[in-house]
Amino acid sequence: MELVEMKKLQVQLDAFAGKDVYLHLETTNGSYASHFNEAFFNAGAFIRNVVINYELGKVIGDSPHRVGLKLPHGWVYAQGITHYEMDEQGRLLLAGHDGTGKLAVALQISETPFSY
Amino acid sequence: MTIPKEKHVLVVFPHPDDEAFGVSGTITTHIKQGTPVTYACLTLGEMGRNLGNPPFATRESLPEIRKKELKASAEAMGLTDLRMLGLRDKTIEFEDDEKMVGMMTDLIEELNPSLVITFYPKFAVHPDHEATARAVVRAVRRMEERPKLHCVAFANNTLEVLGNPDTVYDITPVRDQKMASMKAHISQTAWMLEEMEHKLAQGDTETENWLTKERFYNYRWDDDFEKSF
Repeated sequence: MELVEMKKLQVQLDAFAGKDVYLHLETTNGSYASHFNEAFFNAGAFIRNVVINYELGKVIGDSPHRVGLKLPHGWVYAQGITHYEMDEQGRLLLAGHDGTGKLAVALQISETPFSY
Repeated sequence: MTIPKEKHVLVVFPHPDDEAFGVSGTITTHIKQGTPVTYACLTLGEMGRNLGNPPFATRESLPEIRKKELKASAEAMGLTDLRMLGLRDKTIEFEDDEKMVGMMTDLIEELNPSLVITFYPKFAVHPDHEATARAVVRAVRRMEERPKLHCVAFANNTLEVLGNPDTVYDITPVRDQKMASMKAHISQTAWMLEEMEHKLAQGDTETENWLTKERFYNYRWDDDFEKSF
């Protein structure tokens, strides 16, 4: 993965617009967050292989970045995106990695289902 | 405490590396004593958070990396019967409970182990650990002749509620193999191992103790975690 380059990522988001794509969206603090700090309120969400079709995808300039996808009847967005990669299977993988190298958020889109 | 010879040992954990920290010395010792050991690992740790910064892997490439690490850990322990059961990390508790019990029952009936090792329900911290522990306990509970059930517990209230472990093995003779098992999972353990080796080099006895002692609770059937299932 590489650090997000706004212009390149925007081109890739545009390329998936108007297509049926499989979505992976994940936010996490890790399963041990409340073990190491009992006062910590651990929340997260996970979606994998839900099909969406977005009309507009945008990456916003502040780093870590926010990425939003506008759907005919709704929205998808993620914040904290630092890295991206178009993998060898043509899937657009976006992720937010914190300073210790831990993944905090992932937003991925693909024209074929992700393994499950 | 020396490790008694068993007929067959079945170890059930959900994630690659769950075996390394808590029980790899015990597994290695059983294998050295000629006891067959089966490790059933339920997932490939697909949701691991250590992906590096700069990243060395993606959410999609991590499972293959962790599968290789799991195989390397098995090799370090001398373990030849490694079963990867194909569930997905962080989803075990959402599987059908009866299906999970069936999976465990099939393994136990096939292998007929004299000892089963898993986590202790309600003292296992991670939701996958808890779901694995529940499934194993339920499967064993139904058996007419139950194998021994040794459980790993590490919730913050373990000592307070369960007291001291029933069994503590000194695995110093196989320390190198345990280190090799932990190092095999380098993608997830690098940071932790670096800190540990630093403390060991300073002669920190608490860390040495943590490394060379493996602790188990006998599952308490008279204080079962649920009344019925």
